[in-house]
Amino acid sequence: MDSIPILKIGSALLVTIQVDMHDQLATRLQDDLTEKIVQHRARGVLIDISALEIVDSFIGRMLANIANVSRLLDADTVVVGMRPEVAITLVELGLGLPGVKTALNAERGLALIGGVSAAGEAADDADDD
Amino acid sequence: MPTTTDTLPITSSDDVVRVRQKVRVRATEVGLSLVDQTKLITAASELARNTLDYGKGGHADIETIIAERRGVRVVFRDRGPGIPDIQEALTDGFTSGNGLGHGLGGARRLVDDFDIESTVGAGTTVAIARWKR
Repeated sequence: MDSIPILKIGSALLVTIQVDMHDQLATRLQDDLTEKIVQHRARGVLIDISALEIVDSFIGRMLANIANVSRLLDADTVVVGMRPEVAITLVELGLGLPGVKTALNAERGLALIGGVSAAGEAADDADDD
Repeated sequence: MPTTTDTLPITSSDDVVRVRQKVRVRATEVGLSLVDQTKLITAASELARNTLDYGKGGHADIETIIAERRGVRVVFRDRGPGIPDIQEALTDGFTSGNGLGHGLGGARRLVDDFDIESTVGAGTTVAIARWKR
């Protein structure tokens, strides 16, 4: 079965969504992420959607679910790279993605997830815990 | 050559993806702007998912119109349970399934033309169109 790769950068996890999501893939991603947050004691999750040409309520709900579950596991979720036309459409659709933090790009997203901007340092800190 | 129509089945989650892809091809062909394309494809995605989730499956007719006006029309048909109160279903926040309830009302705001006909016990037809400006 297909899955979306989850990369570890310091104490953050990075997911790049590049394919047209269907149900099983979305469910699988939520499950995989939840597992990895716990496994790596991640403090943040960065979801790059710059390749997504549309975000409908199905994908919006998936992003909101991931953000909610991560928050309960003490990790911040930041959605990065949303295309301008996607943002315009989402607002008109009535989907403001409440509870989901956003950043213009991955760099700013990492900075938002406190202390991860220097990935190497953060990894060393994590070992001290 | 006024119109070309493709008919796609909607019986699985993968079909929703295929409908989106076909609508994108057609929207690009008629020269819709990027924002207009995105709005139309997003609306089509919402409605295709409704057809699948609430209408128990159906099909979509995707039509390119090249006449005095250029645009794309998509008609979704299902033979599901129908919608008893369409006005209520168009209200934001309404949902009969497990969605967020932005499907119908949200989709209507994303397109130029929106028509819905539904008969309880017989099914629902939703037609949308977006025109080149």
